[in-house]
Amino acid sequence: MKLLLEISLYFSQFCIVLAMLLCMLRLLKGPTAQDRVLALDTLWICAMLFALLLGIGFASLVYFEWAMLIALTGFVSSVALAKFLMRGEIIE
Amino acid sequence: MINIPEDISPWLAIPVALLLICGSLITLVGTLGLLRLPHFYQRIHGPAISITFGAGSFLLASMLYFTVLQQRLVIHELLITAFVMLTAPVTAMLLMRTAVYRDLRNGRQSPDLKPATPLASGHATTAGANRPGLMEEQSDSNPE
Repeated sequence: MKLLLEISLYFSQFCIVLAMLLCMLRLLKGPTAQDRVLALDTLWICAMLFALLLGIGFASLVYFEWAMLIALTGFVSSVALAKFLMRGEIIE
Repeated sequence: MINIPEDISPWLAIPVALLLICGSLITLVGTLGLLRLPHFYQRIHGPAISITFGAGSFLLASMLYFTVLQQRLVIHELLITAFVMLTAPVTAMLLMRTAVYRDLRNGRQSPDLKPATPLASGHATTAGANRPGLMEEQSDSNPE
């Protein structure tokens, strides 16, 4: 049963890294600026999921705080970028 | 790197493995949609599935695993769940408004949106007339 959990952990790590790669492609080739911001937002979410995976793999609760911090900073950066693209300034 | 106890019960390992595989596959599908869909207004729906279902499955798996492993109730992953569920629509709404505003300001209209939304097509037909007004509005809010 340890083997099953190991295989599923490695498989999901592979899938998340592949998802991050796809986001990176969209980030590089996105035709407009809002495409790039959307790809960056998805990249933050993928990083949060990867931190959770590491937490399960190492059986430690420290990674939970990493995931929380990544989610927080990702939200703030996405909102700031979206507002900047709309108005040209962040705080009106 | 993997630090899993040797005598882990199948009643814990099977649901956690199932949730992990489901969540990672759903996340992959969501980002594939982000890469493959043709227009921004369609593309913004791709990551929503990876945010809700992918993150939900992962957080459920983490909660289940740590609750059984530490033999107490570990539910502080609910914090992340609540936070992500609250903030994902806000980000999507702001990005959508940004995209609509920028497209209208540049007089650009996607051909696949014209028949479905009469309001937007009305804007598109008078895009040249609306353009100075939008510019004025922007310069009003931005005094420099």
